[in-house]
Amino acid sequence: MATDPRSPAVAVGLQGSRCRSGCAVTAYPAEDTCPRCGGPAEPEVLTGTGTLWTWTVQRYAPKSPPFQAPPGGFEPFALGYVELAEGVRVAAVLDVDIREGLDGIRIGMPVTVTAGHGVPRARPMTPGEEDS
Amino acid sequence: MSTDVLICGAGRTPFGRSQASGRQLAVGAVNAALADAGIEWSRVRAAFGGSDSAGLADTLVAQLGLTGVPFVNVKNGCATGGSALVSAVNAIRSGMADVVLAVGFDKHPRGAFDPRPEDWGLGAEYGSDGLMVTTQFFGMKIQRYMHDHGITPRTLALVAEKAYRNGGLTPEAWRRKPVDVDEILDSGMVSDPLTRYMFCSPGAGAAALVLCSPEAARGLEGEPVTLRSAAVRTRRFGSFEVFSPWIPGGPLTSVSRDASAAAFEEAGIGPGDVDVCQLQDTESGAEVMHMAECGFCEDGEQERLVASGATEIGGTLPVNTDGGCIANGEPIGASGLRQVYEIVQQLRGRAGERQVPGEPRVGFTHVYGAPGVSACTVLSH
Ligand SMILES: [Zn+2]
Repeated sequence: MATDPRSPAVAVGLQGSRCRSGCAVTAYPAEDTCPRCGGPAEPEVLTGTGTLWTWTVQRYAPKSPPFQAPPGGFEPFALGYVELAEGVRVAAVLDVDIREGLDGIRIGMPVTVTAGHGVPRARPMTPGEEDS
Repeated sequence: MSTDVLICGAGRTPFGRSQASGRQLAVGAVNAALADAGIEWSRVRAAFGGSDSAGLADTLVAQLGLTGVPFVNVKNGCATGGSALVSAVNAIRSGMADVVLAVGFDKHPRGAFDPRPEDWGLGAEYGSDGLMVTTQFFGMKIQRYMHDHGITPRTLALVAEKAYRNGGLTPEAWRRKPVDVDEILDSGMVSDPLTRYMFCSPGAGAAALVLCSPEAARGLEGEPVTLRSAAVRTRRFGSFEVFSPWIPGGPLTSVSRDASAAAFEEAGIGPGDVDVCQLQDTESGAEVMHMAECGFCEDGEQERLVASGATEIGGTLPVNTDGGCIANGEPIGASGLRQVYEIVQQLRGRAGERQVPGEPRVGFTHVYGAPGVSACTVLSH
Protein backbone atom coordinates (compact mmCIF):
# COMPACT_ATOMS: atom_id res chain seq x y z
CA MET A 1 0.00 0.00 0.00
CA ALA A 2 2.54 2.57 1.13
CA THR A 3 3.73 4.29 -2.01
CA ASP A 4 6.46 6.85 -1.66
CA PRO A 5 4.69 10.17 -2.09
CA ARG A 6 7.90 11.60 -3.53
CA SER A 7 8.25 9.11 -6.40
CA PRO A 8 7.86 10.95 -9.70
CA ALA A 9 4.91 8.72 -10.65
CA VAL A 10 3.10 9.58 -13.83
CA ALA A 11 3.38 13.31 -14.33
CA VAL A 12 0.11 14.85 -15.42
CA GLY A 13 -1.27 18.37 -15.65
CA LEU A 14 -2.79 20.00 -12.59
CA GLN A 15 -6.52 19.31 -12.42
CA GLY A 16 -7.99 22.62 -11.33
CA SER A 17 -11.32 24.32 -11.79
CA ARG A 18 -12.52 27.63 -13.13
CA CYS A 19 -15.55 29.71 -12.24
CA ARG A 20 -18.16 29.76 -15.03
CA SER A 21 -19.51 33.15 -13.95
CA GLY A 22 -17.96 36.55 -14.43
CA CYS A 23 -15.28 36.42 -11.77
CA ALA A 24 -13.18 33.84 -13.67
CA VAL A 25 -11.39 32.55 -10.55
CA THR A 26 -9.16 29.52 -11.03
CA ALA A 27 -8.73 27.15 -8.08
CA TYR A 28 -6.53 24.16 -7.28
CA PRO A 29 -7.33 21.36 -6.50
CA ALA A 30 -10.62 21.39 -8.46
CA GLU A 31 -13.69 22.54 -6.55
CA ASP A 32 -17.36 22.19 -7.47
CA THR A 33 -18.13 25.80 -6.68
CA CYS A 34 -16.23 29.03 -7.06
CA PRO A 35 -14.64 30.04 -3.75
CA ARG A 36 -15.26 33.69 -4.53
CA CYS A 37 -18.88 33.92 -5.76
CA GLY A 38 -20.26 30.49 -4.79
CA GLY A 39 -21.41 29.88 -8.36
CA PRO A 40 -20.69 26.70 -10.37
CA ALA A 41 -17.13 25.91 -11.43
CA GLU A 42 -15.93 23.53 -14.12
CA PRO A 43 -12.82 21.36 -14.31
CA GLU A 44 -9.83 22.77 -16.12
CA VAL A 45 -6.33 21.45 -16.72
CA LEU A 46 -3.94 24.19 -15.61
CA THR A 47 -0.81 25.42 -17.37
CA GLY A 48 2.21 23.27 -16.63
CA THR A 49 4.62 26.19 -16.38
CA GLY A 50 4.88 29.27 -14.23
CA THR A 51 7.21 31.32 -12.07
CA LEU A 52 8.22 30.85 -8.44
CA TRP A 53 6.24 33.34 -6.33
CA THR A 54 7.72 32.55 -2.90
CA TRP A 55 9.53 29.68 -1.17
CA THR A 56 10.96 28.35 2.06
CA VAL A 57 12.79 25.25 3.27
CA GLN A 58 11.37 22.58 5.56
CA ARG A 59 14.41 22.05 7.76
CA TYR A 60 13.14 19.44 10.20
CA ALA A 61 10.96 16.36 9.83
CA PRO A 62 7.28 17.37 10.14
CA LYS A 63 5.21 15.59 12.76
CA SER A 64 4.28 12.05 11.85
CA PRO A 65 1.43 11.37 11.32
CA PRO A 66 0.39 12.95 9.06
CA PHE A 67 3.90 13.18 7.55
CA GLN A 68 5.30 10.05 5.91
CA ALA A 69 9.08 10.14 5.65
CA PRO A 70 10.48 8.79 2.36
CA PRO A 71 12.23 5.38 2.41
CA GLY A 72 15.69 6.94 2.83
CA GLY A 73 14.57 9.03 5.82
CA PHE A 74 13.79 12.73 6.06
CA GLU A 75 15.92 15.21 4.15
CA PRO A 76 15.28 18.98 4.26
CA PHE A 77 13.34 20.05 1.19
CA ALA A 78 12.30 23.30 -0.47
CA LEU A 79 8.71 24.24 -1.18
CA GLY A 80 6.89 27.27 -2.48
CA TYR A 81 4.05 28.74 -4.50
CA VAL A 82 4.15 28.73 -8.30
CA GLU A 83 2.29 31.49 -10.11
CA LEU A 84 0.55 30.21 -13.25
CA ALA A 85 -0.72 32.18 -16.24
CA GLU A 86 -4.31 31.58 -15.07
CA GLY A 87 -3.69 33.92 -12.14
CA VAL A 88 -3.48 31.26 -9.45
CA ARG A 89 -0.56 30.47 -7.12
CA VAL A 90 -0.21 26.75 -6.39
CA ALA A 91 1.68 25.23 -3.45
CA ALA A 92 4.33 22.75 -4.57
CA VAL A 93 7.38 20.87 -3.38
CA LEU A 94 10.44 22.19 -5.24
CA ASP A 95 12.62 19.55 -6.81
CA VAL A 96 15.87 21.43 -6.22
CA ASP A 97 18.98 19.96 -4.63
CA ILE A 98 19.62 22.15 -1.57
CA ARG A 99 22.41 20.11 -0.01
CA GLU A 100 25.01 22.50 -1.48
CA GLY A 101 23.05 25.68 -0.78
CA LEU A 102 20.08 27.68 -1.94
CA ASP A 103 21.54 29.31 -5.07
CA GLY A 104 19.22 27.25 -7.26
CA ILE A 105 16.13 28.99 -5.85
CA ARG A 106 15.08 32.49 -6.83
CA ILE A 107 11.71 34.27 -6.73
CA GLY A 108 10.55 34.76 -10.31
CA MET A 109 12.46 31.84 -11.79
CA PRO A 110 10.59 29.86 -14.47
CA VAL A 111 9.49 26.40 -13.33
CA THR A 112 7.50 23.50 -14.67
CA VAL A 113 4.87 22.07 -12.37
CA THR A 114 3.32 18.62 -12.49
CA ALA A 115 0.86 16.56 -10.48
CA GLY A 116 1.46 12.94 -9.56
CA HIS A 117 0.25 10.88 -6.63
CA GLY A 118 1.16 13.51 -4.04
CA VAL A 119 1.14 17.30 -3.94
CA PRO A 120 2.22 19.26 -7.04
CA ARG A 121 5.95 19.29 -7.70
CA ALA A 122 7.90 22.03 -9.43
CA ARG A 123 11.39 22.08 -10.92
CA PRO A 124 13.40 24.87 -12.51
CA MET A 125 13.15 24.99 -16.30
CA THR A 126 16.25 24.26 -18.29
CA PRO A 127 17.42 27.09 -20.61
CA GLY A 128 16.12 25.04 -23.59
CA GLU A 129 12.65 24.80 -22.05
CA GLU A 130 12.62 28.52 -21.35
CA ASP A 131 13.32 29.32 -25.01
CA SER A 132 10.68 27.04 -26.45
CA MET B 1 -24.68 56.33 18.66
CA SER B 2 -22.32 54.44 20.88
CA THR B 3 -21.85 54.76 24.61
CA ASP B 4 -18.30 55.03 25.93
CA VAL B 5 -16.97 51.88 27.51
CA LEU B 6 -14.33 52.15 30.21
CA ILE B 7 -11.76 49.59 31.27
CA CYS B 8 -11.70 49.90 35.04
CA GLY B 9 -9.70 46.81 35.93
CA ALA B 10 -6.97 44.79 34.20
CA GLY B 11 -5.12 41.69 35.39
CA ARG B 12 -2.74 39.10 34.01
CA THR B 13 -0.71 36.17 35.24
CA PRO B 14 2.90 35.41 34.40
CA PHE B 15 3.10 33.69 30.98
CA GLY B 16 5.22 30.66 30.14
CA ARG B 17 5.29 27.15 31.54
CA SER B 18 3.14 26.68 34.63
CA GLN B 19 2.24 23.97 37.13
CA ALA B 20 -1.20 25.55 37.43
CA SER B 21 -4.07 24.56 35.15
CA GLY B 22 -5.38 27.00 32.58
CA ARG B 23 -8.52 27.48 34.68
CA GLN B 24 -6.46 28.25 37.81
CA LEU B 25 -4.52 30.84 35.84
CA ALA B 26 -7.81 32.34 34.65
CA VAL B 27 -9.09 32.67 38.21
CA GLY B 28 -5.85 34.42 39.15
CA ALA B 29 -6.20 36.92 36.30
CA VAL B 30 -9.89 37.58 37.05
CA ASN B 31 -9.19 38.22 40.74
CA ALA B 32 -6.35 40.58 39.79
CA ALA B 33 -8.66 42.50 37.43
CA LEU B 34 -11.41 42.71 40.08
CA ALA B 35 -8.92 43.96 42.68
CA ASP B 36 -7.60 46.52 40.19
CA ALA B 37 -11.15 47.81 39.65
CA GLY B 38 -11.82 47.70 43.38
CA ILE B 39 -14.92 45.55 43.10
CA GLU B 40 -16.15 42.16 44.25
CA TRP B 41 -17.10 39.37 41.80
CA SER B 42 -20.74 39.82 42.85
CA ARG B 43 -20.76 43.28 41.22
CA VAL B 44 -20.16 41.74 37.73
CA ARG B 45 -23.40 41.55 35.74
CA ALA B 46 -22.20 39.64 32.64
CA ALA B 47 -19.08 37.74 31.61
CA PHE B 48 -17.52 36.56 28.33
CA GLY B 49 -14.43 34.45 27.96
CA GLY B 50 -12.68 31.43 26.57
CA SER B 51 -9.60 29.40 25.82
CA ASP B 52 -8.48 27.45 22.79
CA SER B 53 -7.44 24.28 24.61
CA ALA B 54 -7.75 24.78 28.39
CA GLY B 55 -11.45 24.37 29.05
CA LEU B 56 -14.68 26.33 29.24
CA ALA B 57 -14.66 29.79 30.78
CA ASP B 58 -18.16 29.54 32.25
CA THR B 59 -16.98 26.80 34.61
CA LEU B 60 -14.85 29.44 36.39
CA VAL B 61 -17.93 30.41 38.43
CA ALA B 62 -17.24 27.37 40.61
CA GLN B 63 -14.14 29.19 41.89
CA LEU B 64 -15.25 32.83 41.46
CA GLY B 65 -18.65 32.45 43.07
CA LEU B 66 -22.08 31.15 42.05
CA THR B 67 -23.76 34.52 41.64
CA GLY B 68 -26.04 33.54 38.77
CA VAL B 69 -24.21 35.85 36.37
CA PRO B 70 -24.76 35.19 32.62
CA PHE B 71 -21.41 33.79 31.39
CA VAL B 72 -20.91 33.19 27.66
CA ASN B 73 -18.15 30.93 26.31
CA VAL B 74 -16.15 32.27 23.37
CA LYS B 75 -14.02 30.07 21.14
CA ASN B 76 -12.55 31.99 18.26
CA GLY B 77 -8.92 30.90 17.90
CA CYS B 78 -6.46 33.76 18.18
CA ALA B 79 -9.37 36.21 18.31
CA THR B 80 -10.87 34.59 21.42
CA GLY B 81 -9.84 37.47 23.70
CA GLY B 82 -10.85 40.07 21.13
CA SER B 83 -14.21 38.45 20.54
CA ALA B 84 -14.86 38.28 24.29
CA LEU B 85 -13.99 41.97 24.47
CA VAL B 86 -16.34 42.91 21.60
CA SER B 87 -19.12 40.94 23.29
CA ALA B 88 -18.47 42.74 26.58
CA VAL B 89 -18.59 46.11 24.84
CA ASN B 90 -21.88 45.25 23.18
CA ALA B 91 -23.35 44.06 26.49
CA ILE B 92 -22.62 47.48 27.97
CA ARG B 93 -23.79 49.48 24.95
CA SER B 94 -27.01 47.53 24.69
CA GLY B 95 -27.81 48.12 28.33
CA MET B 96 -27.64 44.43 29.17
CA ALA B 97 -25.12 45.07 31.97
CA ASP B 98 -23.09 47.92 33.44
CA VAL B 99 -20.13 45.93 34.79
CA VAL B 100 -18.79 43.16 32.53
CA LEU B 101 -15.86 40.75 32.67
CA ALA B 102 -13.78 39.60 29.68
CA VAL B 103 -11.30 36.79 30.31
CA GLY B 104 -8.94 34.77 28.09
CA PHE B 105 -6.67 31.91 29.15
CA ASP B 106 -4.83 28.93 27.77
CA LYS B 107 -2.36 26.19 28.41
CA HIS B 108 -0.87 24.31 25.46
CA PRO B 109 1.23 21.20 25.66
CA ARG B 110 4.80 21.45 24.30
CA GLY B 111 4.79 21.61 20.48
CA ALA B 112 1.03 21.78 20.63
CA PHE B 113 -0.28 22.17 17.12
CA ASP B 114 -1.02 18.91 15.39
CA PRO B 115 -3.13 19.64 12.31
CA ARG B 116 -4.93 16.89 10.38
CA PRO B 117 -5.53 17.44 6.63
CA GLU B 118 -9.19 16.39 6.81
CA ASP B 119 -9.93 18.99 9.51
CA TRP B 120 -8.79 21.69 7.09
CA GLY B 121 -10.55 20.28 4.03
CA LEU B 122 -7.27 19.23 2.42
CA GLY B 123 -6.27 16.02 0.64
CA ALA B 124 -4.27 13.53 2.71
CA GLU B 125 -1.22 14.17 0.47
CA TYR B 126 -0.73 17.64 1.99
CA GLY B 127 -0.09 15.99 5.34
CA SER B 128 1.87 12.97 4.13
CA ASP B 129 4.12 15.08 1.86
CA GLY B 130 4.95 17.51 4.66
CA LEU B 131 3.12 20.69 3.59
CA MET B 132 1.05 21.04 6.77
CA VAL B 133 3.59 22.87 8.91
CA THR B 134 2.56 26.31 10.15
CA THR B 135 6.10 27.73 10.14
CA GLN B 136 6.26 27.21 6.35
CA PHE B 137 3.46 29.74 5.90
CA PHE B 138 5.19 32.37 8.03
CA GLY B 139 8.46 31.79 6.16
CA MET B 140 6.85 32.04 2.73
CA LYS B 141 4.79 35.15 3.49
CA ILE B 142 7.75 37.16 4.80
CA GLN B 143 10.04 35.77 2.08
CA ARG B 144 7.82 37.32 -0.61
CA TYR B 145 7.40 40.51 1.43
CA MET B 146 11.17 40.92 1.78
CA HIS B 147 11.56 40.43 -1.98
CA ASP B 148 8.87 43.02 -2.78
CA HIS B 149 9.80 45.63 -0.19
CA GLY B 150 13.50 45.35 0.54
CA ILE B 151 13.36 44.02 4.10
CA THR B 152 16.56 42.27 5.25
CA PRO B 153 17.14 39.34 7.64
CA ARG B 154 18.89 41.74 10.01
CA THR B 155 15.63 43.66 10.45
CA LEU B 156 13.88 40.42 11.41
CA ALA B 157 16.61 39.80 13.99
CA LEU B 158 16.34 43.36 15.36
CA VAL B 159 12.62 42.83 15.94
CA ALA B 160 13.31 39.69 17.99
CA GLU B 161 16.17 41.38 19.86
CA LYS B 162 13.78 44.15 20.92
CA ALA B 163 11.20 41.57 22.05
CA TYR B 164 13.67 39.87 24.40
CA ARG B 165 14.95 43.22 25.67
CA ASN B 166 11.40 44.40 26.46
CA GLY B 167 10.61 41.00 27.96
CA GLY B 168 13.48 41.63 30.38
CA LEU B 169 11.64 44.75 31.60
CA THR B 170 8.32 42.90 32.05
CA PRO B 171 8.05 40.91 35.30
CA GLU B 172 5.32 38.60 33.91
CA ALA B 173 7.09 37.79 30.62
CA TRP B 174 8.44 34.31 29.87
CA ARG B 175 11.66 35.07 27.93
CA ARG B 176 13.48 37.69 29.98
CA LYS B 177 17.10 37.13 28.97
CA PRO B 178 18.49 39.50 26.32
CA VAL B 179 19.52 37.81 23.06
CA ASP B 180 21.57 39.80 20.53
CA VAL B 181 21.11 40.08 16.78
CA ASP B 182 23.92 37.71 15.84
CA GLU B 183 22.73 35.02 18.22
CA ILE B 184 19.22 35.33 16.75
CA LEU B 185 20.52 35.07 13.17
CA ASP B 186 22.67 32.06 14.14
CA SER B 187 20.02 30.23 16.18
CA GLY B 188 19.24 27.80 13.35
CA MET B 189 16.94 28.17 10.37
CA VAL B 190 13.39 26.88 11.00
CA SER B 191 11.62 27.97 7.82
CA ASP B 192 13.82 30.24 5.73
CA PRO B 193 14.29 33.16 6.31
CA LEU B 194 13.03 32.71 9.89
CA THR B 195 15.32 31.34 12.60
CA ARG B 196 14.42 29.64 15.85
CA TYR B 197 14.75 32.73 18.07
CA MET B 198 12.49 34.74 15.75
CA PHE B 199 9.49 32.58 16.71
CA CYS B 200 7.22 32.61 19.75
CA SER B 201 6.27 29.35 21.49
CA PRO B 202 2.91 28.08 22.71
CA GLY B 203 2.66 28.56 26.47
CA ALA B 204 0.33 29.09 29.42
CA GLY B 205 -1.20 32.26 30.81
CA ALA B 206 -4.34 34.30 31.43
CA ALA B 207 -5.53 37.90 31.23
CA ALA B 208 -8.79 39.57 32.27
CA LEU B 209 -10.49 42.96 32.05
CA VAL B 210 -13.35 44.61 33.94
CA LEU B 211 -15.37 46.90 31.66
CA CYS B 212 -17.90 49.45 32.88
CA SER B 213 -20.45 51.93 31.64
CA PRO B 214 -19.54 55.57 32.46
CA GLU B 215 -22.16 55.61 35.26
CA ALA B 216 -20.84 52.44 36.87
CA ALA B 217 -17.23 53.65 36.56
CA ARG B 218 -18.01 56.87 38.43
CA GLY B 219 -18.50 54.96 41.66
CA LEU B 220 -15.12 53.18 41.40
CA GLU B 221 -11.76 54.28 42.70
CA GLY B 222 -9.58 52.78 39.97
CA GLU B 223 -8.13 54.75 37.06
CA PRO B 224 -10.24 54.00 33.97
CA VAL B 225 -9.00 53.87 30.39
CA THR B 226 -11.46 54.46 27.54
CA LEU B 227 -11.96 51.66 25.05
CA ARG B 228 -12.62 53.73 21.94
CA SER B 229 -13.30 50.75 19.69
CA ALA B 230 -12.97 46.99 19.30
CA ALA B 231 -13.38 45.24 15.94
CA VAL B 232 -13.13 41.64 14.74
CA ARG B 233 -12.94 40.61 11.07
CA THR B 234 -12.48 37.39 9.11
CA ARG B 235 -10.62 37.11 5.81
CA ARG B 236 -11.92 38.19 2.46
CA PHE B 237 -11.19 36.52 -0.87
CA GLY B 238 -7.59 37.03 -1.91
CA SER B 239 -5.83 36.66 1.44
CA PHE B 240 -2.77 34.43 2.00
CA GLU B 241 -3.38 32.05 4.89
CA VAL B 242 -1.83 28.98 6.46
CA PHE B 243 -2.43 25.54 4.84
CA SER B 244 -3.56 26.88 1.45
CA PRO B 245 -3.07 24.54 -1.54
CA TRP B 246 -3.49 27.64 -3.69
CA ILE B 247 -3.89 31.39 -3.31
CA PRO B 248 -5.46 33.77 -5.81
CA GLY B 249 -3.26 35.84 -8.10
CA GLY B 250 -3.02 39.60 -7.93
CA PRO B 251 -2.52 41.84 -4.88
CA LEU B 252 -3.24 40.14 -1.55
CA THR B 253 -6.02 41.28 0.75
CA SER B 254 -5.32 41.37 4.50
CA VAL B 255 -7.73 40.70 7.33
CA SER B 256 -5.48 42.74 9.63
CA ARG B 257 -5.84 45.69 7.27
CA ASP B 258 -9.64 45.28 7.40
CA ALA B 259 -9.89 44.88 11.18
CA SER B 260 -7.52 47.76 11.97
CA ALA B 261 -9.31 50.09 9.52
CA ALA B 262 -12.64 49.22 11.16
CA ALA B 263 -11.23 49.88 14.64
CA PHE B 264 -9.78 53.24 13.61
CA GLU B 265 -12.97 54.28 11.83
CA GLU B 266 -15.09 53.46 14.87
CA ALA B 267 -12.66 55.33 17.14
CA GLY B 268 -12.64 58.36 14.86
CA ILE B 269 -8.85 58.63 14.86
CA GLY B 270 -6.03 57.24 12.71
CA PRO B 271 -2.76 55.35 13.09
CA GLY B 272 -0.89 58.67 13.26
CA ASP B 273 -2.60 59.45 16.57
CA VAL B 274 -1.31 56.29 18.29
CA ASP B 275 1.43 56.66 20.92
CA VAL B 276 2.02 52.96 21.74
CA CYS B 277 0.89 49.74 20.08
CA GLN B 278 0.86 45.97 20.41
CA LEU B 279 1.00 44.00 17.14
CA GLN B 280 0.74 40.23 16.63
CA ASP B 281 4.31 38.91 16.48
CA THR B 282 3.96 35.16 16.10
CA GLU B 283 7.41 35.62 14.56
CA SER B 284 9.51 38.67 13.69
CA GLY B 285 8.23 38.88 10.13
CA ALA B 286 4.66 39.18 11.36
CA GLU B 287 5.48 42.29 13.40
CA VAL B 288 7.18 43.85 10.37
CA MET B 289 4.25 43.16 8.03
CA HIS B 290 1.60 44.10 10.60
CA MET B 291 3.17 47.54 11.04
CA ALA B 292 2.16 48.25 7.44
CA GLU B 293 -1.08 46.24 7.42
CA CYS B 294 -2.36 48.18 10.44
CA GLY B 295 -1.49 51.50 8.80
CA PHE B 296 1.53 52.59 10.85
CA CYS B 297 3.89 52.83 7.87
CA GLU B 298 4.17 52.16 4.15
CA ASP B 299 5.37 48.78 2.91
CA GLY B 300 9.16 48.79 3.07
CA GLU B 301 9.52 51.68 5.53
CA GLN B 302 10.06 49.15 8.32
CA GLU B 303 13.66 48.61 7.21
CA ARG B 304 14.52 52.19 8.14
CA LEU B 305 12.12 52.49 11.11
CA VAL B 306 13.36 49.39 12.91
CA ALA B 307 17.04 50.23 12.34
CA SER B 308 16.50 53.77 13.66
CA GLY B 309 14.91 52.53 16.88
CA ALA B 310 11.48 53.96 16.09
CA THR B 311 9.72 50.87 17.47
CA GLU B 312 11.72 50.82 20.73
CA ILE B 313 10.14 51.94 24.01
CA GLY B 314 11.75 55.38 23.61
CA GLY B 315 11.03 55.60 19.87
CA THR B 316 8.41 57.46 17.87
CA LEU B 317 6.14 54.38 17.66
CA PRO B 318 6.83 51.88 20.46
CA VAL B 319 5.70 48.38 19.39
CA ASN B 320 5.22 45.43 21.75
CA THR B 321 6.52 47.16 24.86
CA ASP B 322 6.01 44.03 26.99
CA GLY B 323 8.00 41.84 24.61
CA GLY B 324 4.95 40.67 22.64
CA CYS B 325 4.33 37.03 21.79
CA ILE B 326 8.04 36.41 21.18
CA ALA B 327 8.91 37.15 24.84
CA ASN B 328 5.57 36.17 26.44
CA GLY B 329 4.80 33.05 24.44
CA GLU B 330 1.39 32.51 22.97
CA PRO B 331 -1.41 31.11 25.11
CA ILE B 332 -3.87 31.61 22.24
CA GLY B 333 -6.95 32.54 24.26
CA ALA B 334 -5.05 35.01 26.46
CA SER B 335 -2.86 36.85 23.95
CA GLY B 336 -5.33 39.52 22.83
CA LEU B 337 -6.27 40.54 26.37
CA ARG B 338 -2.60 40.50 27.45
CA GLN B 339 -2.04 43.18 24.78
CA VAL B 340 -4.93 45.29 26.13
CA TYR B 341 -3.61 44.85 29.69
CA GLU B 342 -0.25 46.23 28.54
CA ILE B 343 -1.80 49.25 26.82
CA VAL B 344 -3.90 49.97 29.94
CA GLN B 345 -0.72 49.99 32.07
CA GLN B 346 1.08 52.23 29.56
CA LEU B 347 -1.78 54.75 29.36
CA ARG B 348 -2.08 54.86 33.14
CA GLY B 349 1.67 55.47 33.43
CA ARG B 350 2.10 52.33 35.48
CA ALA B 351 4.30 50.22 33.20
CA GLY B 352 7.35 50.50 35.44
CA GLU B 353 10.72 50.02 33.76
CA ARG B 354 9.12 49.63 30.35
CA GLN B 355 6.98 52.78 30.60
CA VAL B 356 6.82 54.73 27.34
CA PRO B 357 8.03 58.27 28.15
CA GLY B 358 5.96 61.39 27.55
CA GLU B 359 2.61 60.24 28.95
CA PRO B 360 1.17 58.26 26.02
CA ARG B 361 -2.52 59.01 25.52
CA VAL B 362 -3.63 56.68 22.70
CA GLY B 363 -2.91 52.95 22.32
CA PHE B 364 -3.71 50.23 19.79
CA THR B 365 -3.78 46.42 19.91
CA HIS B 366 -3.88 43.84 17.09
CA VAL B 367 -4.09 40.05 16.98
CA TYR B 368 -4.05 37.84 13.90
CA GLY B 369 -4.58 34.12 13.63
CA ALA B 370 -5.51 31.15 11.47
CA PRO B 371 -7.38 30.81 9.22
CA GLY B 372 -7.62 34.54 8.65
CA VAL B 373 -9.09 36.29 11.68
CA SER B 374 -8.02 39.56 13.29
CA ALA B 375 -9.16 41.63 16.29
CA CYS B 376 -8.08 45.22 16.97
CA THR B 377 -8.76 47.81 19.68
CA VAL B 378 -8.12 51.53 20.11
CA LEU B 379 -7.77 52.88 23.66
CA SER B 380 -7.27 56.36 25.08
CA HIS B 381 -6.71 58.08 28.40
ZN1 LIG C 1 -16.95 32.94 -9.30
